[in-house]
Amino acid sequence: MSVPADLRYTPEHEWVSIEGTTVSVGITEYAAQQLGDVVYLSLPPAGTSVTSGEPCGEVESVKSVSDLYSPVDGEVIEVNSELEDDPSLVNAEPYTAGWMFRVRVAPDGNGNPALPADLLSAGEYEELTKSAG
Amino acid sequence: MTSFAGWQMPLRYASETAEHLAVRRAAGLFDLSHMGEIAVAGPQAGAALDYALVGNLSALRPGRARYTMICAEDGGVLDDLVVYRLDEDEFLVIANAANTDVVFSSVLERSAGHDARVTDATGDYALVAIQGPAAAGILAPLAGGLDLGAIRYYAGAFGEVAGHRAWVARTGYTGEDGFEVFCRPEDAVPIWEALASGGTGAGLVPAGLAARDTLRLEAGMPLYGNELGPDVTPFEAGLGRVVKFDKPGEFVGREALAARASSGPIRRLAGLTIQSRRIARHGYPVLADGEACGTVTSGAPSPTLGVPIAMAYLEPGADGDDHELAVGIRGTQVPVQLTDLPFYRRRT
Repeated sequence: MSVPADLRYTPEHEWVSIEGTTVSVGITEYAAQQLGDVVYLSLPPAGTSVTSGEPCGEVESVKSVSDLYSPVDGEVIEVNSELEDDPSLVNAEPYTAGWMFRVRVAPDGNGNPALPADLLSAGEYEELTKSAG
Repeated sequence: MTSFAGWQMPLRYASETAEHLAVRRAAGLFDLSHMGEIAVAGPQAGAALDYALVGNLSALRPGRARYTMICAEDGGVLDDLVVYRLDEDEFLVIANAANTDVVFSSVLERSAGHDARVTDATGDYALVAIQGPAAAGILAPLAGGLDLGAIRYYAGAFGEVAGHRAWVARTGYTGEDGFEVFCRPEDAVPIWEALASGGTGAGLVPAGLAARDTLRLEAGMPLYGNELGPDVTPFEAGLGRVVKFDKPGEFVGREALAARASSGPIRRLAGLTIQSRRIARHGYPVLADGEACGTVTSGAPSPTLGVPIAMAYLEPGADGDDHELAVGIRGTQVPVQLTDLPFYRRRT
Protein backbone atom coordinates (compact mmCIF):
# COMPACT_ATOMS: atom_id res chain seq x y z
CA MET A 1 0.00 0.00 0.00
CA SER A 2 1.56 3.25 -1.09
CA VAL A 3 1.54 6.31 1.21
CA PRO A 4 3.69 9.04 -0.40
CA ALA A 5 5.89 10.79 2.17
CA ASP A 6 5.43 14.28 0.65
CA LEU A 7 1.65 14.41 1.23
CA ARG A 8 -0.45 15.09 4.32
CA TYR A 9 -3.48 13.00 5.27
CA THR A 10 -6.78 13.01 7.15
CA PRO A 11 -8.41 10.26 9.23
CA GLU A 12 -11.15 10.25 6.53
CA HIS A 13 -8.53 8.76 4.16
CA GLU A 14 -7.94 11.85 2.05
CA TRP A 15 -4.58 13.20 0.99
CA VAL A 16 -3.61 16.84 0.48
CA SER A 17 -0.73 18.24 -1.52
CA ILE A 18 0.28 21.77 -0.55
CA GLU A 19 1.84 24.23 -3.00
CA GLY A 20 1.83 27.81 -1.68
CA THR A 21 -1.78 28.50 -0.77
CA THR A 22 -3.16 25.96 -3.25
CA VAL A 23 -4.12 22.57 -1.83
CA SER A 24 -4.92 19.56 -4.06
CA VAL A 25 -7.19 16.88 -2.59
CA GLY A 26 -7.77 13.21 -3.36
CA ILE A 27 -8.43 9.93 -1.59
CA THR A 28 -5.72 7.48 -0.56
CA GLU A 29 -4.90 4.16 -2.17
CA TYR A 30 -6.16 2.47 1.00
CA ALA A 31 -9.53 4.25 0.64
CA ALA A 32 -9.76 3.40 -3.06
CA GLN A 33 -9.10 -0.28 -2.35
CA GLN A 34 -11.68 -0.35 0.45
CA LEU A 35 -14.33 1.29 -1.78
CA GLY A 36 -13.70 -0.89 -4.81
CA ASP A 37 -14.18 0.39 -8.36
CA VAL A 38 -15.25 4.06 -8.27
CA VAL A 39 -18.07 4.75 -10.76
CA TYR A 40 -19.25 8.30 -10.00
CA LEU A 41 -18.01 11.40 -8.21
CA SER A 42 -19.95 14.40 -7.06
CA LEU A 43 -17.37 17.15 -6.52
CA PRO A 44 -17.82 20.73 -5.26
CA PRO A 45 -17.84 23.09 -8.29
CA ALA A 46 -15.26 25.87 -8.58
CA GLY A 47 -16.30 28.83 -6.42
CA THR A 48 -17.71 26.68 -3.62
CA SER A 49 -16.62 27.54 -0.08
CA VAL A 50 -15.56 24.42 1.77
CA THR A 51 -14.97 23.86 5.48
CA SER A 52 -12.59 21.33 6.93
CA GLY A 53 -14.35 18.23 8.25
CA GLU A 54 -17.61 19.05 6.44
CA PRO A 55 -19.02 16.88 3.61
CA CYS A 56 -18.48 18.55 0.22
CA GLY A 57 -19.22 15.72 -2.23
CA GLU A 58 -19.73 11.99 -2.76
CA VAL A 59 -17.67 9.07 -3.94
CA GLU A 60 -19.81 6.30 -5.42
CA SER A 61 -18.38 2.83 -6.00
CA VAL A 62 -20.02 -0.36 -7.27
CA LYS A 63 -20.94 -1.36 -3.74
CA SER A 64 -21.29 1.90 -1.77
CA VAL A 65 -21.73 5.66 -1.56
CA SER A 66 -19.42 7.62 0.75
CA ASP A 67 -19.26 11.27 1.69
CA LEU A 68 -16.22 13.22 0.65
CA TYR A 69 -14.96 15.60 3.37
CA SER A 70 -13.02 18.75 2.75
CA PRO A 71 -9.68 18.49 4.55
CA VAL A 72 -9.19 22.29 4.61
CA ASP A 73 -11.03 25.65 4.76
CA GLY A 74 -11.09 27.68 1.56
CA GLU A 75 -12.57 28.14 -1.90
CA VAL A 76 -12.60 25.47 -4.61
CA ILE A 77 -10.68 26.81 -7.64
CA GLU A 78 -10.53 23.74 -9.89
CA VAL A 79 -12.12 20.32 -10.27
CA ASN A 80 -10.54 17.33 -12.05
CA SER A 81 -12.85 17.12 -15.08
CA GLU A 82 -11.08 13.96 -16.33
CA LEU A 83 -12.84 12.03 -13.56
CA GLU A 84 -16.22 12.80 -15.11
CA ASP A 85 -15.38 10.53 -18.06
CA ASP A 86 -13.12 8.14 -16.22
CA PRO A 87 -13.78 7.81 -12.49
CA SER A 88 -11.62 4.66 -12.46
CA LEU A 89 -8.56 6.95 -12.38
CA VAL A 90 -9.24 7.21 -8.65
CA ASN A 91 -8.46 3.47 -8.34
CA ALA A 92 -5.68 3.36 -10.91
CA GLU A 93 -3.72 6.46 -9.86
CA PRO A 94 -5.14 7.78 -6.59
CA TYR A 95 -2.23 10.17 -5.88
CA THR A 96 -1.71 11.59 -9.39
CA ALA A 97 -4.32 11.46 -12.19
CA GLY A 98 -7.01 10.65 -9.60
CA TRP A 99 -6.79 14.01 -7.81
CA MET A 100 -10.28 15.43 -7.18
CA PHE A 101 -10.26 19.18 -6.53
CA ARG A 102 -8.03 22.14 -5.64
CA VAL A 103 -8.75 24.64 -2.88
CA ARG A 104 -7.28 28.11 -2.34
CA VAL A 105 -6.57 28.44 1.35
CA ALA A 106 -6.33 31.85 3.07
CA PRO A 107 -2.77 32.74 4.20
CA ASP A 108 -1.99 33.00 7.90
CA GLY A 109 -0.13 36.04 9.41
CA ASN A 110 3.21 34.81 8.00
CA GLY A 111 1.96 34.28 4.45
CA ASN A 112 1.80 30.49 4.88
CA PRO A 113 -1.44 28.62 4.11
CA ALA A 114 -3.70 28.35 7.16
CA LEU A 115 -4.11 24.57 7.52
CA PRO A 116 -5.93 22.55 10.14
CA ALA A 117 -3.53 21.47 12.91
CA ASP A 118 -4.68 17.86 12.81
CA LEU A 119 -3.47 16.86 9.31
CA LEU A 120 -1.48 13.63 9.55
CA SER A 121 2.01 12.88 8.28
CA ALA A 122 2.55 9.85 6.01
CA GLY A 123 3.88 7.87 8.99
CA GLU A 124 0.90 8.77 11.18
CA TYR A 125 -1.54 7.87 8.41
CA GLU A 126 0.16 4.52 7.81
CA GLU A 127 -0.21 3.72 11.51
CA LEU A 128 -3.90 4.55 11.29
CA THR A 129 -4.54 2.19 8.36
CA LYS A 130 -2.60 -0.59 10.06
CA SER A 131 -4.64 -0.30 13.25
CA ALA A 132 -7.81 -0.35 11.11
CA GLY A 133 -6.66 -3.72 9.73
CA MET B 1 -13.28 -9.85 2.69
CA THR B 2 -16.77 -9.33 4.02
CA SER B 3 -19.07 -11.07 6.47
CA PHE B 4 -21.97 -12.73 4.66
CA ALA B 5 -24.59 -14.87 6.41
CA GLY B 6 -22.02 -15.96 8.98
CA TRP B 7 -19.31 -16.72 6.40
CA GLN B 8 -16.16 -14.78 5.58
CA MET B 9 -16.44 -14.13 1.85
CA PRO B 10 -14.24 -12.38 -0.71
CA LEU B 11 -16.15 -9.31 -1.96
CA ARG B 12 -13.50 -8.88 -4.66
CA TYR B 13 -10.04 -10.24 -5.40
CA ALA B 14 -8.89 -7.17 -7.36
CA SER B 15 -11.29 -5.07 -9.46
CA GLU B 16 -14.92 -6.28 -9.45
CA THR B 17 -15.40 -4.72 -12.90
CA ALA B 18 -12.46 -6.68 -14.32
CA GLU B 19 -13.77 -9.86 -12.66
CA HIS B 20 -17.21 -9.28 -14.17
CA LEU B 21 -15.81 -8.76 -17.67
CA ALA B 22 -13.57 -11.83 -17.36
CA VAL B 23 -16.65 -13.98 -16.72
CA ARG B 24 -18.40 -12.51 -19.79
CA ARG B 25 -15.36 -12.88 -22.07
CA ALA B 26 -13.35 -15.82 -20.64
CA ALA B 27 -14.01 -17.34 -17.21
CA GLY B 28 -14.26 -16.64 -13.50
CA LEU B 29 -13.71 -18.92 -10.51
CA PHE B 30 -16.04 -18.54 -7.52
CA ASP B 31 -15.90 -20.00 -4.00
CA LEU B 32 -19.57 -20.58 -3.15
CA SER B 33 -19.09 -22.92 -0.21
CA HIS B 34 -21.45 -20.75 1.86
CA MET B 35 -24.47 -22.07 -0.07
CA GLY B 36 -26.69 -24.45 1.91
CA GLU B 37 -27.04 -28.10 0.84
CA ILE B 38 -30.01 -30.04 2.13
CA ALA B 39 -30.10 -33.73 1.26
CA VAL B 40 -33.48 -35.42 0.83
CA ALA B 41 -33.26 -39.18 0.32
CA GLY B 42 -35.59 -42.16 0.35
CA PRO B 43 -38.33 -43.83 -1.72
CA GLN B 44 -40.70 -40.86 -1.16
CA ALA B 45 -38.12 -38.07 -1.40
CA GLY B 46 -39.70 -36.74 -4.62
CA ALA B 47 -43.19 -36.77 -3.14
CA ALA B 48 -41.92 -35.00 0.00
CA LEU B 49 -40.38 -32.23 -2.14
CA ASP B 50 -43.55 -31.96 -4.24
CA TYR B 51 -45.42 -31.12 -1.03
CA ALA B 52 -42.70 -28.90 0.47
CA LEU B 53 -41.82 -26.84 -2.65
CA VAL B 54 -43.85 -25.20 -5.43
CA GLY B 55 -42.22 -27.26 -8.22
CA ASN B 56 -42.88 -30.74 -9.58
CA LEU B 57 -39.70 -32.45 -8.36
CA SER B 58 -40.94 -36.05 -8.57
CA ALA B 59 -41.06 -35.52 -12.35
CA LEU B 60 -37.41 -34.47 -12.46
CA ARG B 61 -35.24 -37.14 -14.06
CA PRO B 62 -32.07 -38.34 -12.28
CA GLY B 63 -29.12 -36.22 -13.36
CA ARG B 64 -31.22 -33.13 -13.97
CA ALA B 65 -31.63 -29.83 -12.07
CA ARG B 66 -34.58 -27.51 -11.52
CA TYR B 67 -34.91 -23.88 -10.39
CA THR B 68 -37.77 -23.70 -7.87
CA MET B 69 -38.96 -22.01 -4.69
CA ILE B 70 -40.19 -22.82 -1.22
CA CYS B 71 -43.16 -20.71 -0.11
CA ALA B 72 -45.00 -20.08 3.13
CA GLU B 73 -48.69 -20.98 3.53
CA ASP B 74 -49.56 -17.39 2.50
CA GLY B 75 -47.56 -17.72 -0.75
CA GLY B 76 -44.61 -15.59 0.38
CA VAL B 77 -41.21 -16.80 -0.82
CA LEU B 78 -39.06 -18.40 1.89
CA ASP B 79 -36.20 -19.04 -0.53
CA ASP B 80 -35.40 -19.69 -4.17
CA LEU B 81 -33.62 -22.98 -4.76
CA VAL B 82 -31.87 -25.18 -7.25
CA VAL B 83 -32.74 -28.86 -6.76
CA TYR B 84 -30.60 -31.64 -8.24
CA ARG B 85 -31.85 -35.19 -8.56
CA LEU B 86 -28.58 -37.00 -7.92
CA ASP B 87 -30.19 -40.43 -8.17
CA GLU B 88 -33.66 -41.99 -8.24
CA ASP B 89 -34.06 -41.70 -4.45
CA GLU B 90 -31.64 -38.85 -3.73
CA PHE B 91 -32.13 -35.10 -4.11
CA LEU B 92 -29.87 -32.19 -3.16
CA VAL B 93 -31.57 -28.87 -2.42
CA ILE B 94 -29.34 -25.79 -2.72
CA ALA B 95 -30.43 -22.91 -0.49
CA ASN B 96 -29.14 -19.38 0.00
CA ALA B 97 -26.72 -19.28 2.93
CA ALA B 98 -28.88 -16.95 5.01
CA ASN B 99 -31.92 -19.23 4.52
CA THR B 100 -30.32 -22.64 5.03
CA ASP B 101 -31.81 -23.11 8.51
CA VAL B 102 -35.31 -22.04 7.43
CA VAL B 103 -35.25 -24.24 4.34
CA PHE B 104 -33.91 -27.24 6.27
CA SER B 105 -36.45 -26.96 9.10
CA SER B 106 -39.35 -26.31 6.69
CA VAL B 107 -38.51 -29.24 4.41
CA LEU B 108 -37.98 -31.48 7.45
CA GLU B 109 -41.34 -30.50 8.93
CA ARG B 110 -43.18 -30.77 5.60
CA SER B 111 -41.71 -34.21 4.88
CA ALA B 112 -43.44 -35.73 7.90
CA GLY B 113 -45.42 -38.81 6.87
CA HIS B 114 -43.20 -39.42 3.84
CA ASP B 115 -40.56 -42.14 3.66
CA ALA B 116 -37.74 -39.62 3.25
CA ARG B 117 -34.72 -38.54 5.31
CA VAL B 118 -33.93 -34.82 5.38
CA THR B 119 -30.45 -33.75 6.51
CA ASP B 120 -28.59 -30.45 6.53
CA ALA B 121 -25.51 -31.49 4.54
CA THR B 122 -24.03 -27.97 4.22
CA GLY B 123 -20.94 -29.01 6.16
CA ASP B 124 -20.35 -32.00 3.87
CA TYR B 125 -19.95 -29.90 0.72
CA ALA B 126 -17.72 -27.16 -0.61
CA LEU B 127 -18.79 -25.51 -3.88
CA VAL B 128 -16.47 -24.14 -6.54
CA ALA B 129 -18.07 -22.58 -9.63
CA ILE B 130 -16.34 -21.95 -12.92
CA GLN B 131 -18.38 -19.66 -15.17
CA GLY B 132 -17.88 -18.11 -18.57
CA PRO B 133 -17.48 -19.06 -22.23
CA ALA B 134 -14.06 -20.64 -21.53
CA ALA B 135 -15.30 -22.67 -18.53
CA ALA B 136 -15.94 -25.97 -20.33
CA GLY B 137 -12.57 -25.84 -22.07
CA ILE B 138 -10.74 -25.27 -18.79
CA LEU B 139 -12.67 -27.90 -16.83
CA ALA B 140 -12.62 -30.67 -19.47
CA PRO B 141 -8.96 -31.76 -19.18
CA LEU B 142 -9.28 -31.84 -15.36
CA ALA B 143 -12.55 -33.78 -15.34
CA GLY B 144 -11.19 -37.09 -16.51
CA GLY B 145 -13.87 -39.53 -17.52
CA LEU B 146 -16.64 -36.93 -17.60
CA ASP B 147 -18.06 -36.04 -21.00
CA LEU B 148 -18.93 -32.38 -20.34
CA GLY B 149 -20.61 -32.14 -23.72
CA ALA B 150 -23.14 -34.70 -22.52
CA ILE B 151 -24.00 -32.57 -19.46
CA ARG B 152 -26.70 -30.25 -20.73
CA TYR B 153 -27.75 -26.93 -19.18
CA TYR B 154 -29.44 -27.70 -15.85
CA ALA B 155 -28.03 -31.21 -15.67
CA GLY B 156 -25.22 -32.80 -13.65
CA ALA B 157 -23.14 -35.94 -13.21
CA PHE B 158 -20.81 -37.54 -10.70
CA GLY B 159 -17.17 -37.67 -11.73
CA GLU B 160 -13.70 -36.63 -10.73
CA VAL B 161 -12.21 -33.14 -10.90
CA ALA B 162 -8.44 -33.00 -10.42
CA GLY B 163 -8.70 -36.55 -9.09
CA HIS B 164 -11.33 -35.76 -6.45
CA ARG B 165 -14.88 -37.06 -6.53
CA ALA B 166 -17.47 -34.34 -7.23
CA TRP B 167 -20.98 -33.64 -8.49
CA VAL B 168 -20.45 -31.52 -11.58
CA ALA B 169 -23.50 -29.53 -12.69
CA ARG B 170 -24.02 -27.19 -15.63
CA THR B 171 -25.70 -24.49 -13.55
CA GLY B 172 -24.80 -21.02 -12.33
CA TYR B 173 -25.86 -17.52 -11.42
CA THR B 174 -24.04 -15.41 -13.97
CA GLY B 175 -25.95 -15.73 -17.26
CA GLU B 176 -22.99 -17.57 -18.82
CA ASP B 177 -22.29 -21.18 -19.60
CA GLY B 178 -20.46 -22.75 -16.69
CA PHE B 179 -20.25 -25.46 -14.08
CA GLU B 180 -20.73 -25.81 -10.36
CA VAL B 181 -18.48 -28.39 -8.71
CA PHE B 182 -19.80 -29.78 -5.41
CA CYS B 183 -17.00 -31.56 -3.57
CA ARG B 184 -15.87 -32.58 -0.11
CA PRO B 185 -14.55 -29.56 1.87
CA GLU B 186 -11.04 -31.07 2.10
CA ASP B 187 -10.91 -31.36 -1.71
CA ALA B 188 -11.93 -27.75 -2.41
CA VAL B 189 -8.43 -26.26 -2.25
CA PRO B 190 -6.80 -28.75 -4.66
CA ILE B 191 -9.77 -28.44 -7.05
CA TRP B 192 -9.61 -24.61 -6.85
CA GLU B 193 -5.86 -24.62 -7.46
CA ALA B 194 -6.09 -27.02 -10.39
CA LEU B 195 -8.80 -24.91 -12.07
CA ALA B 196 -6.98 -21.64 -11.30
CA SER B 197 -3.69 -22.79 -12.79
CA GLY B 198 -5.37 -24.66 -15.64
CA GLY B 199 -7.36 -21.56 -16.58
CA THR B 200 -4.80 -18.80 -16.33
CA GLY B 201 -3.81 -19.06 -19.98
CA ALA B 202 -7.47 -18.86 -21.03
CA GLY B 203 -8.06 -15.66 -19.03
CA LEU B 204 -9.68 -17.16 -15.94
CA VAL B 205 -9.58 -14.98 -12.81
CA PRO B 206 -10.92 -15.54 -9.30
CA ALA B 207 -14.15 -13.57 -8.84
CA GLY B 208 -15.85 -12.36 -5.66
CA LEU B 209 -19.35 -11.61 -4.38
CA ALA B 210 -19.45 -8.13 -5.93
CA ALA B 211 -18.96 -9.48 -9.46
CA ARG B 212 -21.42 -12.31 -8.77
CA ASP B 213 -24.04 -9.67 -7.89
CA THR B 214 -23.54 -7.54 -11.02
CA LEU B 215 -23.45 -10.65 -13.24
CA ARG B 216 -26.74 -12.00 -11.93
CA LEU B 217 -28.32 -8.53 -12.14
CA GLU B 218 -27.41 -8.20 -15.84
CA ALA B 219 -28.84 -11.69 -16.36
CA GLY B 220 -32.11 -10.58 -14.69
CA MET B 221 -31.84 -13.19 -11.95
CA PRO B 222 -33.47 -12.37 -8.61
CA LEU B 223 -31.54 -12.21 -5.34
CA TYR B 224 -33.28 -13.31 -2.16
CA GLY B 225 -33.55 -10.33 0.19
CA ASN B 226 -33.72 -7.92 -2.77
CA GLU B 227 -36.24 -9.13 -5.36
CA LEU B 228 -37.56 -12.04 -3.27
CA GLY B 229 -38.78 -12.25 0.30
CA PRO B 230 -41.65 -13.38 2.52
CA ASP B 231 -43.74 -10.37 1.37
CA VAL B 232 -43.40 -11.35 -2.32
CA THR B 233 -44.97 -14.26 -4.20
CA PRO B 234 -43.30 -15.77 -7.29
CA PHE B 235 -45.89 -13.96 -9.47
CA GLU B 236 -44.76 -10.39 -8.64
CA ALA B 237 -41.20 -11.43 -9.41
CA GLY B 238 -42.30 -12.58 -12.88
CA LEU B 239 -41.51 -16.18 -11.90
CA GLY B 240 -45.04 -17.60 -11.63
CA ARG B 241 -43.98 -20.35 -14.03
CA VAL B 242 -42.12 -22.11 -11.18
CA VAL B 243 -45.45 -22.78 -9.43
CA LYS B 244 -46.78 -26.10 -10.75
CA PHE B 245 -50.50 -26.15 -9.96
CA ASP B 246 -51.01 -29.26 -12.11
CA LYS B 247 -48.61 -31.48 -10.16
CA PRO B 248 -50.03 -34.43 -8.23
CA GLY B 249 -51.11 -33.84 -4.64
CA GLU B 250 -51.25 -30.89 -2.30
CA PHE B 251 -48.41 -28.45 -1.64
CA VAL B 252 -47.77 -25.74 0.90
CA GLY B 253 -49.02 -22.37 -0.32
CA ARG B 254 -51.24 -23.70 -3.14
CA GLU B 255 -54.41 -21.88 -2.10
CA ALA B 256 -52.81 -18.47 -1.62
CA LEU B 257 -50.75 -18.81 -4.78
CA ALA B 258 -53.79 -19.84 -6.86
CA ALA B 259 -55.65 -16.76 -5.60
CA ARG B 260 -52.70 -14.53 -6.51
CA ALA B 261 -52.33 -16.13 -9.94
CA SER B 262 -55.91 -15.21 -10.84
CA SER B 263 -56.06 -11.83 -9.08
CA GLY B 264 -56.05 -8.45 -10.82
CA PRO B 265 -53.01 -6.31 -11.60
CA ILE B 266 -50.19 -6.63 -9.14
CA ARG B 267 -46.92 -4.79 -8.71
CA ARG B 268 -44.36 -6.28 -10.98
CA LEU B 269 -40.61 -6.50 -11.29
CA ALA B 270 -39.23 -4.24 -14.01
CA GLY B 271 -35.82 -3.44 -15.45
CA LEU B 272 -34.50 0.14 -15.51
CA THR B 273 -31.51 1.74 -17.21
CA ILE B 274 -30.14 5.11 -16.18
CA GLN B 275 -28.56 7.75 -18.38
CA SER B 276 -26.09 8.84 -15.72
CA ARG B 277 -23.24 7.33 -13.81
CA ARG B 278 -25.23 7.41 -10.59
CA ILE B 279 -26.53 4.11 -9.28
CA ALA B 280 -30.14 3.52 -8.23
CA ARG B 281 -29.63 1.37 -5.15
CA HIS B 282 -31.77 -1.02 -3.10
CA GLY B 283 -34.59 0.91 -1.41
CA TYR B 284 -34.44 4.08 -3.53
CA PRO B 285 -37.89 5.36 -4.65
CA VAL B 286 -39.14 5.20 -8.25
CA LEU B 287 -41.38 8.05 -9.41
CA ALA B 288 -43.82 8.26 -12.35
CA ASP B 289 -44.44 11.90 -13.33
CA GLY B 290 -43.07 12.90 -9.93
CA GLU B 291 -45.35 10.59 -7.91
CA ALA B 292 -44.00 7.61 -5.96
CA CYS B 293 -44.77 4.42 -7.91
CA GLY B 294 -42.26 1.83 -6.75
CA THR B 295 -38.99 0.89 -5.11
CA VAL B 296 -35.61 -0.19 -6.44
CA THR B 297 -34.64 -3.72 -5.34
CA SER B 298 -31.12 -3.96 -6.85
CA GLY B 299 -28.89 -1.56 -8.76
CA ALA B 300 -25.35 -1.55 -10.09
CA PRO B 301 -23.24 -0.32 -12.95
CA SER B 302 -23.50 -2.74 -15.87
CA PRO B 303 -19.98 -3.34 -17.18
CA THR B 304 -21.45 -5.02 -20.28
CA LEU B 305 -23.91 -2.24 -21.21
CA GLY B 306 -21.79 0.64 -19.88
CA VAL B 307 -24.67 2.28 -17.99
CA PRO B 308 -26.15 1.71 -14.54
CA ILE B 309 -29.03 -0.78 -14.40
CA ALA B 310 -31.58 -1.61 -11.75
CA MET B 311 -34.54 -3.83 -10.96
CA ALA B 312 -37.54 -2.32 -9.21
CA TYR B 313 -41.06 -3.22 -8.15
CA LEU B 314 -43.53 -0.88 -9.87
CA GLU B 315 -47.19 -0.37 -9.03
CA PRO B 316 -49.73 -1.40 -11.69
CA GLY B 317 -49.97 1.18 -14.48
CA ALA B 318 -46.64 2.83 -13.71
CA ASP B 319 -44.89 0.87 -16.44
CA GLY B 320 -46.74 2.35 -19.42
CA ASP B 321 -44.93 4.37 -22.07
CA ASP B 322 -46.94 7.46 -21.20
CA HIS B 323 -45.11 8.11 -17.92
CA GLU B 324 -41.85 9.92 -17.25
CA LEU B 325 -40.01 7.59 -14.86
CA ALA B 326 -37.27 8.71 -12.48
CA VAL B 327 -35.41 7.35 -9.48
CA GLY B 328 -34.86 9.51 -6.42
CA ILE B 329 -31.12 9.29 -5.84
CA ARG B 330 -30.33 11.01 -2.55
CA GLY B 331 -32.66 13.95 -3.22
CA THR B 332 -32.17 14.23 -6.99
CA GLN B 333 -34.65 12.88 -9.54
CA VAL B 334 -32.66 11.04 -12.19
CA PRO B 335 -34.58 9.97 -15.36
CA VAL B 336 -34.70 6.22 -16.04
CA GLN B 337 -35.91 4.08 -18.96
CA LEU B 338 -37.93 0.89 -18.69
CA THR B 339 -35.89 -1.96 -20.11
CA ASP B 340 -36.93 -5.54 -20.81
CA LEU B 341 -35.39 -8.18 -18.53
CA PRO B 342 -32.87 -9.66 -18.77
CA PHE B 343 -30.46 -6.83 -19.53
CA TYR B 344 -28.00 -9.37 -20.93
CA ARG B 345 -28.52 -12.67 -22.72
CA ARG B 346 -25.56 -14.70 -23.88
CA ARG B 347 -25.41 -15.73 -27.52
CA THR B 348 -25.84 -19.47 -27.87
